[in-house]
Amino acid sequence: MTADTVFEKSHPGRRTTYVTSRGAPPAGLDLLPAGALRDSPPMLPELTEGEVVRHYTNLARKNWAVDVGFYPLGSCTMKYNPRLAEQIAAWPEFSAAHPLRPVRAAQGLLRTMYDTERMLSHLCGLARFTLQPAAGAQGELCGMLMVRRYHWERGERRNTVIVPDSAHGTNPATAALAGFKVVICPSSEEGLVDVAALRGLVDDDLAGIMLTNPNTLGLFERDIQEICRVVHDAGGLAYYDGANFNALVGRFRPGDMGFDVVHLNLHKTFGTPHGGGGPGSGPVGVVEKLEPYLPVPLVTKGPEEFELEEDRPQTIGRLNAFAGSALVVLRAYVYLRLLGTDGLREVSGMAVLAANYLKQRLSEAYAPSHPGRCMHEFVLSAERQSDDFGVRALDVAKRLMDFGFHPPTMYFPLTVPEALMIEPTETENLETLDAFAEAMRRIAEEAEHSPELVRAAPHDTPVGRLDEVAAAKDLNVRWKPGSGGTSGDA
Amino acid sequence: MNIPKHLSYASTHEWLRRDADDVTIGITDYAQSELTDIVFVELPELGRRLAAGDEIGALESIKAVAYIYAPVAGTVAGVNNALRKQPELINQDPYGQGWIVRLAPDDPEKSVELLEAAAYKARIEAGD
Repeated sequence: MTADTVFEKSHPGRRTTYVTSRGAPPAGLDLLPAGALRDSPPMLPELTEGEVVRHYTNLARKNWAVDVGFYPLGSCTMKYNPRLAEQIAAWPEFSAAHPLRPVRAAQGLLRTMYDTERMLSHLCGLARFTLQPAAGAQGELCGMLMVRRYHWERGERRNTVIVPDSAHGTNPATAALAGFKVVICPSSEEGLVDVAALRGLVDDDLAGIMLTNPNTLGLFERDIQEICRVVHDAGGLAYYDGANFNALVGRFRPGDMGFDVVHLNLHKTFGTPHGGGGPGSGPVGVVEKLEPYLPVPLVTKGPEEFELEEDRPQTIGRLNAFAGSALVVLRAYVYLRLLGTDGLREVSGMAVLAANYLKQRLSEAYAPSHPGRCMHEFVLSAERQSDDFGVRALDVAKRLMDFGFHPPTMYFPLTVPEALMIEPTETENLETLDAFAEAMRRIAEEAEHSPELVRAAPHDTPVGRLDEVAAAKDLNVRWKPGSGGTSGDA
Repeated sequence: MNIPKHLSYASTHEWLRRDADDVTIGITDYAQSELTDIVFVELPELGRRLAAGDEIGALESIKAVAYIYAPVAGTVAGVNNALRKQPELINQDPYGQGWIVRLAPDDPEKSVELLEAAAYKARIEAGD
């Protein structure tokens, strides 16, 4: 069923030609203690160079990526990123810069960091950003540690953080890790934060609220200023999860909505592919009163050159070695300079337009979680297909692969039954959106007339329906000699 | 949907059976079908004290992670150790071999709001 591993393709004696000192023992071997020497040669596969190249090339061709086709994974912003950012980040002047290089010899890289920090602050309407956090989740922790520090320095012990029930799972996890007690705020019928319920939850123990806007249902929190006011009036701070910033970039500034702390995912919104395996970058911006707590080092502009400022007495400390994911920041710099203010406005405009177009086209075959306009993403429910034909969201997602599309996010947010969460992003053309809508419509038809076809999908992929229970319970990722192939029963 | 008449139900989809000395708790047939295949069960330690509404443990399915809440205050008197190796028992037999914990209640009369089978059925059908 699956491809053989490189070990199973091994034939004794097959070799790749390379320059070798055949016969002579490797230099230095006699210096090793006897106990450290092998008794038998390592179990390495024996193949020719051509066989190895074909093996890995064929595996790579089975991979699905934004460079191959549509990847509408809701809440993930799997968009195409301009190659120019990759090219410039690969310049040895940047990519070979050692993190211990003297600041004076890294002025170019530091300038890109300084300028990116200024541009992000401007885009978000905030005083200053740290570029330290390695990804969104670390950015969240950084932000909430600053919230904690802010209250502490004011002599207040506030322990409650409010999170809406539609929040990304990292939000409550972050608040808990930062030492807070998490209180869940319910959503209204419309899928927005229930402001009346929020008022009932705030008291003098409130440290803050964590929100994303547009929220996880792809809906804009209309009452956002009122929400921030309720939180501020109770003495709390408002944290903005920038996961969905693609919907707003260039148009709305979280600082203007009333947020005090914001994290952005550069590896999502700003020019580094998301899901690329890392590294990521999750800069955190703050309003002026939180600036003293930003982690060190900060890139500053001295009288003569750019500097790394370490001496900040109220800082929450250091989050990572050196200055963060500098090359991801560099890609963001290229992206921001490439698009400019007008281009960024078009990013969010096209992202929202594409999502609304798809939502409209799919609203007949599937039930949208909420009526009306969405922002950059939307949630459909396959509840009707599930109740009437026994075809669940999982089956719809699997069947989409046969039509040449990556499945959308499933079963999230948890507030929507049989959820399918779709985010087309700004980078897909009309033909792709139409083809996807047509595939989804056909699957809804199949669910009605030939449900077994959908339940057994995918049919045209290298492997069919995987046993996810076995994969979760008996994870086996290590091949051992004599384990008899890739069936997973080793 | 199997909702036995002799059990009580919490709105968070636990069932509860009162015996002479203790109460047995599991999740409903509806809950297991919503979660789909359960692959991991986190059980509490014996002797742990719980308030009504506290988290008892967690269930991980291929679809989601869900928490189990204590319908009554009490002390953990027994856990279903078979679930450690065979979490699928909850899917196969949620009211029998798939029971999760036994609690020695502080006060057998006190609990979170509990529903009779008919009321629980109505609540599921209303989409809660």
